[in-house]
Amino acid sequence: MNDFDYNIVEEAAKQLYIRALCDLPPDVRAALKKAYTRETRSTARAVFEAIFKTIEIADRDKTLICQDTGLPIYKVTIGSRFPWNGYEIKTRLYEGARRATQEFPFRSSSTHPLLRVNPQTSVGPGLPVVYFDFTDDDKLDILMAPKGSGSENMSTMHMFYPADGVKALKKFVLDAVIESGANPCPPGIIGVGIGGTADLVARLAKEAILRPVGQRNPDPEVARMEEELEEAINATGRGPMGLGGDVSTLAVHIETAYTHITCNPVAVNTQCWPARRARAIVRPDGAVEYGY
Amino acid sequence: MTEFHLHSPFSEEDIRRLRAGDIVYFDGLLFGIRDLTQIYMFDQGHEPPVSLAGAPCIHTAPSLRKAGDKWEKICVGATTSTRMERFTPDLIGKYGVRAIIGKGGLHQGSLEAMRKYGAVYLAIVGGAAALETQQIEAVEAVYWEHLHPEALYQFRVRNFGPLTVAMDSHGRNLYEEVKAEAVRRLPEIYKKLGV
Repeated sequence: MNDFDYNIVEEAAKQLYIRALCDLPPDVRAALKKAYTRETRSTARAVFEAIFKTIEIADRDKTLICQDTGLPIYKVTIGSRFPWNGYEIKTRLYEGARRATQEFPFRSSSTHPLLRVNPQTSVGPGLPVVYFDFTDDDKLDILMAPKGSGSENMSTMHMFYPADGVKALKKFVLDAVIESGANPCPPGIIGVGIGGTADLVARLAKEAILRPVGQRNPDPEVARMEEELEEAINATGRGPMGLGGDVSTLAVHIETAYTHITCNPVAVNTQCWPARRARAIVRPDGAVEYGY
Repeated sequence: MTEFHLHSPFSEEDIRRLRAGDIVYFDGLLFGIRDLTQIYMFDQGHEPPVSLAGAPCIHTAPSLRKAGDKWEKICVGATTSTRMERFTPDLIGKYGVRAIIGKGGLHQGSLEAMRKYGAVYLAIVGGAAALETQQIEAVEAVYWEHLHPEALYQFRVRNFGPLTVAMDSHGRNLYEEVKAEAVRRLPEIYKKLGV
């Protein structure tokens, strides 16, 4: 129980931040390629072509796709048969994110919220953002996502009343996407949270963008709403980088939670076209397998 | 849509030929500026130590490293322009800048200055820093080093693009046109969604 080498977690946390910044997941690449085939406007096609060149250069030179290294987010899912020490995991994620920043090295995008002083470490009080969850297996699953500000600044939420119905939620999402224009570097993922409390709904929206592109919510009712909103957003014609076109989003992902009988909360978290994430699966014997 | 390959600094004639929706690539001089660069210039009254006349300016906070006296690029990408609207009419009118490069676009005051003096807004693909960094051949100078990463940067670029002419010198603003079209389509989209 106590002899697990937590240097393995620290090294994984470091590698994950770097991998996420440099290597776009295959599902995102495939979704961009597919979107390109249905884009008809020539200026929008030029945007896609620049995107593909960027990915190619980042692959070839093992370099950052985007200069915005984002705020580091780790979602950790701990199996019931994995020997773990929560304090060690938390401190090793912090160290891993710091070391990635200073040893790669890349720009730290984290700063004091009032003094605006950037310690050049990507970490600090509250950072990295860490979500813990638990499941019934023998793995430690670490999912890492650097979140850039162009898209994060477009986040929004609202507490509707039950009387406003589901239609208020749909209109809110569509209006939020139209309002955000070119800022979140479309076409990316529109993450939506529905239900829960004010803080949980925002977290659900964030978790929604961490799913592989286009993976539907298992609830058929929710999946239908995802399709409906996707179609609506693409029908606006805002297009890649807000310059007009057929493709305004790659996918809408919705996550839900039960809520209070008098609450009807909704939150939107947009993700840019470089929908960056990386995953490590750590086994009890210390073996690490990297993926997305 | 026409594709242009230009050389900077630009002449007024170069810029007046460009129409919203055209694609531009260029070689030559490029300045990098950001929020703080322009606060230093306009709010604190510091004159740029180099002429910006005819030049394009990209909104960026570059990652660079200094080896001896020389600056080298690490990663250079574009940021959201909208925050810098209030400085842009003077950047164009007073200093003769002919192109602003960034993402998200600018507002009416800038569009008016572009029409009056002959300048354009060129939209870059946000998030594509790997590509832009490759197209930068050299960091020729960093002025006001104490402001880094928001100093005044002089880059030399090759085949820099693709850039979409999003605001031209004839009063057209592609962002506004696209938004107006979305608003026009909205009632139909709402109806289909049942809202």
